[in-house]
Amino acid sequence: MPWLTLLIVLPLVGAVVAWIAGDRLARQVGLIAALATFGVALAMGIAYQASSTSFLQFTETHQWIPAFGASYSVGVDGIALVLILMSTILVPITLLAGWHEMEGGQATIKGYIVLTLVLESMMVGVFAATDVFLFYVFFEAILIPMYFLIGRYGGPKRQYASIKFLVYSLLGGLLMLASLIGLWVQAKQQLGHGTFDWATLSTLKFDGSTEKWLFAGFFVAFAVKAPLVPVHTWLPDAAAEATPGSATLMVGVLDKIGTFGMLRYLLVLFPAASLWATPAIIVLSLISIIYGALLAIGQSDIKRLIAYTSISHFGFITLGIFAFTSQGQSGATLYMVNHGFSTAALFLVAGFLISRRGSRFIEDFGGVNKVAPLMAGTFLLAGLSSLALPGMSSFVSEFLVLQGTFTRYPSEAVIATTGIILAALYILLMYQRTMTGMPSDEVTSTVTELNKRELVAIAPVIAVIIALGFVPQTLLNIINPTVNKTMQVVAVADPKPAVEGTNS
Amino acid sequence: MQIHMQEVAALATASGVSSMAWLLIALPLAGATILLVGGRRTNAWGHYFAVLMALATFVVAVILLTDMLGKAPEQRGVVISLWDWIAVGSFHVPVALQLDQLSLSFVLLITSVGSLIHIYSLGYMEHDENRRKFFAYLNFFFAAMLTLVLANNYLLLYVGWEGVGLASYLLIGFWQHKPSAATAAKKAFIANRVGDVGLSLAIMMMFTLVGTVTFAGVSAAAPKVSDHWLTLIGLALLLAACGKSAQFPLQSWLLDAMEGPTPVSALIHAATMVTAGVYLIARSHAIFDLAPNAQHAVIFIGGITLLMGAIIGTAKDDIKKALAGSTMSQIGYMILGTGLGPVGYVFALFHLITHGFFKAGMFLGAGSVMHGMHDSVDMRRYGALRKSMIITYITFGLGYLAILGIPPFAGFWSKDEIIKAAFDKSIFVGLITLIGAGVTAFYMTRMMAMTFFGKARWEDDVHPHESPLTMTVPMMILAVGSAFGGMALLFLGNIETWLEPVVGFQEATNAPSAAILMPSTILIVLIGAYIGFRKYALQEVPVPAPVNVSWATVAARKDLYGDAINEAVLMRPGQWLTRTLVFFDSRFVDGVVNGSAGLIGVIASVMRRLQNGFARSYALTMLIGAGLLVAVALLVRMS
Repeated sequence: MPWLTLLIVLPLVGAVVAWIAGDRLARQVGLIAALATFGVALAMGIAYQASSTSFLQFTETHQWIPAFGASYSVGVDGIALVLILMSTILVPITLLAGWHEMEGGQATIKGYIVLTLVLESMMVGVFAATDVFLFYVFFEAILIPMYFLIGRYGGPKRQYASIKFLVYSLLGGLLMLASLIGLWVQAKQQLGHGTFDWATLSTLKFDGSTEKWLFAGFFVAFAVKAPLVPVHTWLPDAAAEATPGSATLMVGVLDKIGTFGMLRYLLVLFPAASLWATPAIIVLSLISIIYGALLAIGQSDIKRLIAYTSISHFGFITLGIFAFTSQGQSGATLYMVNHGFSTAALFLVAGFLISRRGSRFIEDFGGVNKVAPLMAGTFLLAGLSSLALPGMSSFVSEFLVLQGTFTRYPSEAVIATTGIILAALYILLMYQRTMTGMPSDEVTSTVTELNKRELVAIAPVIAVIIALGFVPQTLLNIINPTVNKTMQVVAVADPKPAVEGTNS
Repeated sequence: MQIHMQEVAALATASGVSSMAWLLIALPLAGATILLVGGRRTNAWGHYFAVLMALATFVVAVILLTDMLGKAPEQRGVVISLWDWIAVGSFHVPVALQLDQLSLSFVLLITSVGSLIHIYSLGYMEHDENRRKFFAYLNFFFAAMLTLVLANNYLLLYVGWEGVGLASYLLIGFWQHKPSAATAAKKAFIANRVGDVGLSLAIMMMFTLVGTVTFAGVSAAAPKVSDHWLTLIGLALLLAACGKSAQFPLQSWLLDAMEGPTPVSALIHAATMVTAGVYLIARSHAIFDLAPNAQHAVIFIGGITLLMGAIIGTAKDDIKKALAGSTMSQIGYMILGTGLGPVGYVFALFHLITHGFFKAGMFLGAGSVMHGMHDSVDMRRYGALRKSMIITYITFGLGYLAILGIPPFAGFWSKDEIIKAAFDKSIFVGLITLIGAGVTAFYMTRMMAMTFFGKARWEDDVHPHESPLTMTVPMMILAVGSAFGGMALLFLGNIETWLEPVVGFQEATNAPSAAILMPSTILIVLIGAYIGFRKYALQEVPVPAPVNVSWATVAARKDLYGDAINEAVLMRPGQWLTRTLVFFDSRFVDGVVNGSAGLIGVIASVMRRLQNGFARSYALTMLIGAGLLVAVALLVRMS
């Protein structure tokens, strides 16, 4: 069964139907299409054989541009699978949570639904592509629906934010395109024919400086996407101006393309260059963790605050990837999934708050717990997930990243660990300022309790966050074999314990 | 799973009655979940349900105790494996419980004192609009605290460790419409997080060095680890203990934590959660026993905190804060005791249990006084309450005798042994504990006198009255524990031999003989009590706090400047840093990256084009054009 093609096409079909259905019914159609897509993804996840020896599963290959050696090739490994699952859960949730957020502007409701579904199709495509050219096409094309989602449906400064998002991403993508062409040339020289097939390209051997240049092109594209400091400033603008639903998909899913790309492309295609660049990337990661968190503490706008927390979280993810241990990389992958859910919870509840009060500024809130305790409670749970409270899924991934870093880079791990104090600060300060104290008259008159629809949208996110905290192994069993294969390609192994335990 | 089994080979797998230990966590967790998810529908009966769950947990604990008593001492420790939690590479962490004499002692303390406090809260929180939530949080605390003491590995302990931190956060900030409560809750969580960095790092070091994080595995491998790393692990664990147990330099949150409802102060911030640091060190004794430098640090921290807490206790007029200072100080004793090694562990734990009873009793007594005094906590407005609140007076009085260490009350047996063990270490350490005992006698007598003796200094329209039975019965039971708990544990329970298989035990042989030490201790206590009695019972207590006081009193009133130092060293520089960075990020990073890439120009011109509707084509043209340019440049280079 062509699972992946189905997953790519299904949202597109939904988009067409939603367009035809028009503004009145587009949301219902969109929700059904998104739920159906998730159902298919879940079925695919169940059919996936974690213990299989093959790197990729559900592979399909069709000729596309034979002259280039580009083909329509898709397939998933454990890492891509969990990211596709996470993405397809988040789409229906953001649609349901943001049921009214596309109303009232100059743009149409059906346009929003169509763009979101097209975005979903491309999200699956970008994680499923196993032809590097196809990946590149999805990587760039996915900017278009997101650009319009921000630029047409966003806040007051949406035009500036959407262009900034587009230009940063395009410039990153350009460097990747250059590397892509270089890669093709290398393949032609070494194999006699140009190809973009990921598995074939991973067998190429480069001389040192060529590999570093090719690596650099991909890395910058991924670092902008992820984003790492100092190429992060597009994110707070874009996330603040986008609707909460779009912000969730942008930060929760689109940004993961960067960290996914590091694991799938940087490490596997350029193992030597990856090891060469590791010290610098670890420093960048540490800077992102601390700097992002400090910036989050200093924000006065709830959505910008959440965006900066994500910069800190992405620092943890890249740290885990470049620690080159199984705990670090499995932890980083699990972190990508968990971060998707906790960011969704934060952005969506923040969205409920902001749409009621008509302001994104922390100082306009206060005392919400008094008038809407359920809203305050879900916001706190989302925040606790963001600060990686043990018992929640994010703790497992954050601890794995730190542990995986410590076994190889103890001092760096110590620096990263101080990030957990800053995380407690940015979350609890925000909670205190928005939710506690006595509510002002404006808050009392505008902020109402969560309604049924909002509750139905947010409850599964919270449930997943807590459940995965106690049984993370369901996902780790899928992720671990892929990480092991990646580590074999790079030819690194976990450090052995300095002292063997007597019994272990 | 197999790997994990090998690691804990030292402990048998649970069978029979002990395999039901998971109920200890599941029952209160179910209670909390039902009350929180059930919402308003459970308002009518939720509090009774929570009490029922607490009592059921206590019953399970008692069943487990009788089961354990039926086994030979060396077979009492068992492991209950539940499921594989995390397995990545060689990092294997199970969800498994370790039931042994140490964990069961804590389970019994938590469930007995905790159940009494649940019952007490029925009366105390009767009229609170969020009563259901309060009981849900109490049950949640039970589940987290029992996870903390039952985990068989450090990472699962961490879940309980921050779980109780969350419960503490929620309950300190229970009246979160009060800004002071919300601030206190946040402060407690942050201070604990600083400590948690220590716990995280300790676990990372353990796995890196010995490849496991179970207690049994780490203890077994500890002798093979170098001194250097053992000391570092010990110091990291000590940092964790400082956060949770309010020890110097992370002590300042505990005084503010008194913003929470009084039953919470009794249960979490006196009897159980704050003693978790003592548990952590005792549980890690295999590491500390081999790391004398870390032990010295433990003694140092415990000694400083026991004096600091006691000094703070002398100057507070707020009855709860005075008690909180006392808690800091008493936990200082316990921490110091664990630093003494096998000479001290069992007595530190012994004191932890007796303290759990008498301090919880006194906090409940303070709550009862507040209940009768319109929630006032100002001891300068109390006085002469022994007549109108006779039960509170007697039960509080028994706790008072216990904490002073007057024979034969509970604290006498446990504190005296710590003092003896301290003298065994060195005269200097011994003197610190002795001075602490004298100061304790002073501030407790002051509290007793200001509250129950002297003249009535009540505010107008305050009519003190005894509290209802739901409140006084738990106080009476705890008072019985304060009176006889020490003797019962020592003579009936044989606390040394009970705990010895887990933490080890060694007689203090260097200490002066009991014939010298015990009378000197009692003498110093009586001197402290006499000074307190003369100043606060025989002389009139002025209602406004005296202004012309010594610098020492001023310092003690200000918590020895703990907050001032935090603000000057951490908070204000931190605020300055974040403000500077926000400016730097928006003006500099954004500007330079934008500028260096020529982005500002691009954005500006794209914005202009956008108005003409050419954004898409422009982007596409730029994409292809620039792509080709870079590609050509690269190809030329490579060929």
